[in-house]
Amino acid sequence: MITLSVNGVAHDLDVPSDMPLLWALRDTLAMTGTKFGCGQALCGACTVQLDGTAVRSCQTSVGDAAGAEIVTIEGVNGKVAEAVQAAWRDLDVVQCGYCQSGQIMSAIALLSDNAKPTDDDIDAAMDGNICRCGTYQRIRAAIHDAAGKLA
Amino acid sequence: MLRTDLPVNPLIPRPATRGASRRDFLKGAATVGGAFVLATFVPLGRGPLAQEAAASGPPAGIFEPNVFLKIAPDSTVTVLIKHFEMGQGITTGLTTLVAEELDADWGQMRYEMAPANPALYANLFFGTYMGTGGSTSTANSWTQMRKVGAAARAMLVAAAAKEWNVPAGEITVAKGTLSHPSGKTATFGDLAGAAMAEAVPADPAVKTPDQWTLIGTRLPRLDSFAKTNGTAVYGLDIRRPGMLVAVIRRPDRFGGTVKSFDATAAKAIAGVVDVVQIPTGVAVIAKDTWSAMKGREALTVEWDDAKAETRSTDAIFASYREELKKTGLPADTRGDAAAGIAGAAKTTTAEFTFPYLAHAPMEPMNGVIQLTDEGAEIWSGSQFPSIDLYVTSAVLGIKPEQVKINILISGGSFGRRAVPNADWTFELAAVAKAVGRKDPVQLVWTREDDIKGGYYRPMFLHAVEAGVTADGKIAGWRHKVIGKSIMIGTALEQMVVHDGVDDTSVEGVKNSPYKIPHFAVEAYNPASEVPVLWWRSVGNTHTAQVMETMMDELATMAGRDAVEFRLELLSEHPRMADVLKLAAEKGDWGKPMPAGKGRGIAVHESFGTRVAMVAEVTVDGADIKVDRIVAAVDCGIAVNPDIIAAQVEGSVGFALSSVLRNAITLTDGIVDQSNFDGFEPTRMSEMPVVEVHIAKVDAPPSGIGEPAVPLLAPAIGNAVFQATGKRLRSLPFDLGTVG
Ligand code: FES
Ligand code: FES
Repeated sequence: MITLSVNGVAHDLDVPSDMPLLWALRDTLAMTGTKFGCGQALCGACTVQLDGTAVRSCQTSVGDAAGAEIVTIEGVNGKVAEAVQAAWRDLDVVQCGYCQSGQIMSAIALLSDNAKPTDDDIDAAMDGNICRCGTYQRIRAAIHDAAGKLA
Repeated sequence: MLRTDLPVNPLIPRPATRGASRRDFLKGAATVGGAFVLATFVPLGRGPLAQEAAASGPPAGIFEPNVFLKIAPDSTVTVLIKHFEMGQGITTGLTTLVAEELDADWGQMRYEMAPANPALYANLFFGTYMGTGGSTSTANSWTQMRKVGAAARAMLVAAAAKEWNVPAGEITVAKGTLSHPSGKTATFGDLAGAAMAEAVPADPAVKTPDQWTLIGTRLPRLDSFAKTNGTAVYGLDIRRPGMLVAVIRRPDRFGGTVKSFDATAAKAIAGVVDVVQIPTGVAVIAKDTWSAMKGREALTVEWDDAKAETRSTDAIFASYREELKKTGLPADTRGDAAAGIAGAAKTTTAEFTFPYLAHAPMEPMNGVIQLTDEGAEIWSGSQFPSIDLYVTSAVLGIKPEQVKINILISGGSFGRRAVPNADWTFELAAVAKAVGRKDPVQLVWTREDDIKGGYYRPMFLHAVEAGVTADGKIAGWRHKVIGKSIMIGTALEQMVVHDGVDDTSVEGVKNSPYKIPHFAVEAYNPASEVPVLWWRSVGNTHTAQVMETMMDELATMAGRDAVEFRLELLSEHPRMADVLKLAAEKGDWGKPMPAGKGRGIAVHESFGTRVAMVAEVTVDGADIKVDRIVAAVDCGIAVNPDIIAAQVEGSVGFALSSVLRNAITLTDGIVDQSNFDGFEPTRMSEMPVVEVHIAKVDAPPSGIGEPAVPLLAPAIGNAVFQATGKRLRSLPFDLGTVG
């Protein structure tokens, strides 16, 4: 048994410790807001927070995540998260939306560390998150918008 | 994707007639779950089908409303969306059309994906097929969905008139409220019950453009909320009790087959439940995705490559060059191209190559199937339900009407989810059949499966010889196009293959709007085991690059301005000329650029939509940085200008990596790339600023999901020429190899 704390709730899981957190969330806990895009830390679709840091859950084993506070798109909250989600909706960032859980988790991590990111800061923080629909222009605008909402 | 009308395909049967009687249909509306539901409304020349469809009613035991629209007692209006939502915003767009005619308030509008039922939900441009593609969704629904809204509005008004005992003509409707000068008001929910008793108007009038309050405005997307909090459900998110997960080991080479396999080690992996052979490989079935993936790694398979493609992509291109020495099939012939070139003052020859490209939608291919006592039930991002129904039933040996498909939204498609042979639905059904149990099974493609899995944009090679006259006009143009046909050998061949030429391989060259007096296009469609497929904008992905690069080159040879040169040849195509002028004006055409920077322009029509694009680039050594894109589009009436802009912005983001680096290559038949490292989509730091200008025209809407994609490569290539004097032709661009 491995105990995972996800969005403030403890879950006992009977899974191998090398199972990536992504699959424990999606398959074992049926929390499917966190997405599978590449399985190789190349796309960011699976981004979650581990003790407040954005990580790729496809490359984080359940064993390593045990004991940490895991926050997913379903549970993320607080001022920064609300500002980011509101900006995403105000600017209609999403197209297919599949990458956007990860984009939003990365954007929240960025704005939590850096209240007023420059375009270069956004490039650096968001380059690991692929959007195949190409919504980058609006993601950038939404991050600036969220920073403005928080100021 | 498709753009022509599909004839009735005998392979795809219509659902059997049962359920509701003709009388129910004539009554027009019925109560389903306490809501007002409007019977199918299929206007204009579709009478017989409409009647048959409506008479068929819902299949026994399945709740399948025969409707496009529902009004609940709480006044929420739900539009059933017959088209596939893959990010293009069609759910919002079709709902807008209904809301406009209904005079609803945007806040009361909802949508639901319609179930797979071709008789009710056919794409009116695809005959009897239910399917989405060719940027046809808005265009084929334009009249249909407005009439659905207008009919429902008329029925609500008629009900109010009776209840209030006033003439219907005195009732107004605005923002979801019906009012009468006497002060009486009612909501849609108040009247939904009474409206059900009203007859469906045969041909309700729709508004004139001056009466629109929603069409043409920026309405927020209906799916933004669910897609920003993790609650949107995609095919890969389906979780059914007792669900198993399957991954498939497919051959290393296209056309390979299983010679033998050893599942001992795979079955020893905890969680693995079964290992079965299917026609396309060996499937590992497990209790969860991770165990299935580990089981597949442990599997040993020996392949039979006797019929497989074993060539490298370089060898395939070499064979294309050899093939071009022969005469091809005539695809477009005007005047005498050879004589025109012979009489030219200056001539040029050019070769353009285009690699295989994977679609790489963000959500990898997947589906869930469950065998039931009645047949089978599927949950998937089904873009072409008619084909998915047929293929599933054929594999399982049941009738199409025994298959129920629940259509989910998808994380992109770009063409990949609409396949003439429904490869992934075929596998899903084949796995279910081989496993032979009633547990639901989810088929998961990993990213590696996706990148290596074929169904690519075909490799193409174009060879062009052209010249200009002494007074700067095009003297003649000879054009050879070679690449594997997407359509030959598929169920859809009859629709787009004419005189042996697959139109999807020459569209954008054939019937070029440019007035070229001496023009000859020859097509070649060599066979190969590598499966190929339409990729967002289909043949235009390569033809626009060739046409618009050549136009630039010929303008330069003629010593003329690239815009003025094109305008002269577009004198009979004013809408093309207008977008070109609009892009030139907004994109600062003709203004000087500093050293190392360039500006290029291109214009192209596809799927009935005209797009012109200006690109600004900075060149540093072999590096190309795209700084700014200015696009002008004419897609007819703009239903939702913000979604149109988003589609153009997204098309730039989507296509940019194919211009700069993406290629699927084969070495001895084996795909060299496997994930987003070898096949890397555009990333945030590469994204240029994109400005979108929408031409104001009074013409029915055409599509916008694809038509901006083809412009990016030639606009960038022409800008690089302006910056460097180097002419980039083949994709992806590689300045290092151009002299
Ligand atoms: S799925 Fe984890 S980074 Fe792509
Ligand atoms: S919105 Fe489709 S991948 Fe980002």
